[in-house]
Amino acid sequence: MFGQTLFFILAAIAIGAALGVIFNKNLVHSALCLLLNFGVLAVLFVMLNAQFLGIVQVLVYAGAIVVLFLFVVMLLGAELGERVTTWLTLRNIIFVGLSLVLLTFVGTAVFENFIYGAKGNFTPEAVQQVGQVQLVGTVLFTDYVLSFQMVGVLLSVGVIGVIWLAQHLEKGKMGREKSQ
Amino acid sequence: MIDQVPVSYYLLLGAILFAIGAGGVLIRQNVIVILMCVEMMMNAVNLTFLAFSRYLESATGQIFVFMIMAVAAVEVAIGLALLVELNRHKPAVNVDEINSLKG
Repeated sequence: MFGQTLFFILAAIAIGAALGVIFNKNLVHSALCLLLNFGVLAVLFVMLNAQFLGIVQVLVYAGAIVVLFLFVVMLLGAELGERVTTWLTLRNIIFVGLSLVLLTFVGTAVFENFIYGAKGNFTPEAVQQVGQVQLVGTVLFTDYVLSFQMVGVLLSVGVIGVIWLAQHLEKGKMGREKSQ
Repeated sequence: MIDQVPVSYYLLLGAILFAIGAGGVLIRQNVIVILMCVEMMMNAVNLTFLAFSRYLESATGQIFVFMIMAVAAVEVAIGLALLVELNRHKPAVNVDEINSLKG
């Protein structure tokens, strides 16, 4: 009973925060709602027997991504970028209807084609005995070691790309300064 | 305590969060908010992966979530770097105003 009550409270906070991201006019408030959404999802991850990913969620999403968003919002001075007078336009009503249609489709797809498979050995008892990080690490570094390396390549490409963009930006600024 | 929540509740919550994110991408015109909504959609998918991972008692779903988190971090870093670069040339965060590539 306690688990269900906790789940419903967390789900309500997550949905409210998700709506807050969309319907806040101030981008800083949107980013903080996003932080709340990510934090609540981290708790749900812990409830789903994924303690390691809950911590990673807090570190990567709440720690890095939201800070990056806030940094860019402050850098661009775009806190109030969009002058919204009313949300109740025909366009928005059509889009809300479209997302409700999407929700119906996703819900039907999930519940009609529910996956019934052979159960593995990743039970809470095994996790309690061996340790969650050790179990995930064993799978990650044996069965999925190639994709792990591919993620390393992807991160390197991302770092090089962002450095290139920043360098390009610096060059453009210097060129402008020279022409002035 | 954990087992009392059926897996379908988590799936429904994931579907609702995904639909809210998709609606946000359509409704808002601010690039930063659109990126935030994309992140929210990715997180909803993560929740669905973990719900199935818990239900099928398999660690594969957790590996997928790990990879998705890495991809999301790279995506947001490059997206925001592009946005800052774009802002040097033309100060605009509204997607309707960013149309320099239109023929």
